[in-house]
Amino acid sequence: MSTAVTETYCGHCGEASSGEPSGVGAAPDGGTPTSDAHQSCAQRLAMEPPRYCADCRRRMKVQVTPLGWTAECSRHGKRES
Amino acid sequence: MTTQAPQETTGYAILDTAREQVLENGIGLSEAQLLEVLELPDEAIPAALELAHEVRVKHCGEDVEVEGIISIKTGGCPEDCHFCSQSGLFDSPVRGVWLDIPELVKAAKETAATGATEFCIVAAVRGPDIKLMNQIKFAIDRINEEVDINIACSLGMLTQRQVDQLAEWGVHRYNHNLETARSYFPEVVTTHSYEERLDTCNMVKAAGMELCCGALIGMGETVAQRAELASQLAALEPHEVPLNFLNPRPGTPLENQGIMDGKDALRAIAAFRLAMPRTVLRYAGGRELTLGDLGTREGLLGGINAVIVGNYLTTLGRPANADLDLLVELNMPIKELQKSL
Ligand code: SF4
Ligand SMILES: [Zn+2]
Ligand SMILES: [Zn+2]
Repeated sequence: MSTAVTETYCGHCGEASSGEPSGVGAAPDGGTPTSDAHQSCAQRLAMEPPRYCADCRRRMKVQVTPLGWTAECSRHGKRES
Repeated sequence: MTTQAPQETTGYAILDTAREQVLENGIGLSEAQLLEVLELPDEAIPAALELAHEVRVKHCGEDVEVEGIISIKTGGCPEDCHFCSQSGLFDSPVRGVWLDIPELVKAAKETAATGATEFCIVAAVRGPDIKLMNQIKFAIDRINEEVDINIACSLGMLTQRQVDQLAEWGVHRYNHNLETARSYFPEVVTTHSYEERLDTCNMVKAAGMELCCGALIGMGETVAQRAELASQLAALEPHEVPLNFLNPRPGTPLENQGIMDGKDALRAIAAFRLAMPRTVLRYAGGRELTLGDLGTREGLLGGINAVIVGNYLTTLGRPANADLDLLVELNMPIKELQKSL
């Protein structure tokens, strides 16, 4: 995940990929943003589809089916598993 | 309590009692007995799971029932179940979305191709309105035209008329969970009551549909309340109990609840089986998080006899093949389709 420089926003928490995530599992206070700031988000993304568009951080329309998922941003289109 | 031959005792009185009462006589444990199981020391967990597995095999058989679930209407629910990312009352990242019928039929086909015999259509609603009921009727007809699979529904609280309609349309099983113990319910849900949930469950049974009525544990309830829940479920005599473990969802009141201890989850699996020797006990949401990859094996050898294959409604499960391969390895046949007429 840390090498995915084209991803501006975290698909799990919607914060800037280079910054601190908000909410559970956030990196400790005071630390400068690191490449693994969103490590717990990355782990989460193995178990759930992204909710935020990585390009614009809009909340996406997500549909999960037994064998896949799709996530659609009104501006940037569809991603799927 | 009973005088048993030394080689037959586990060293834990409650398990020896359960062997005779549940395994031999098919009588589920009482609430007080379930509490004893839930309070067993760590060293006793393997023996508890082993006994639960024997009970499952004797009273339910070797088969494992495989089911896929799908959300036809996601998010925007007016209810406030504190664990749920689909409530419209919380600041959850889950957006409201409807699935169109061709996609639903496609998912039913894919699910059937895994060997699953059950396909459950779920909507995040308090109860269905006319629009949803019409969609469901249409979906059922299209799936029945193209796919050989039993259709179940989970559409919230029902009126008697809706119960009758679903039964008439051939819905063979209806899911409506108790979720938690009666005594803990008001801590978790304030927009409807436990009694309202029970009403729907009882109507479903009276109409001749199979009742699927589940539990969600790890929400901060006490161990005694877990025993209470298992015994309240047992009293309802549901055909199936899906057992969920809390997966704390961002934005919900329970987001900081923490993940349930895996050993407590295993104790609960054994206890639920010992409470309900003949019920389909299904591994449902949260098992990957709470028990990891090994948990599926431990559960299937500890009283579980059904799985949800693949993904859940808003989160992802293990790859379907991982579970199906495990069933082959464990020599557990997938339950075959018996279409109810
Ligand atoms: S009724 Fe169902 S969908 Fe609605 S908030 Fe409760 S659990 Fe979620
Ligand atoms: Zn993040
Ligand atoms: Zn976008």
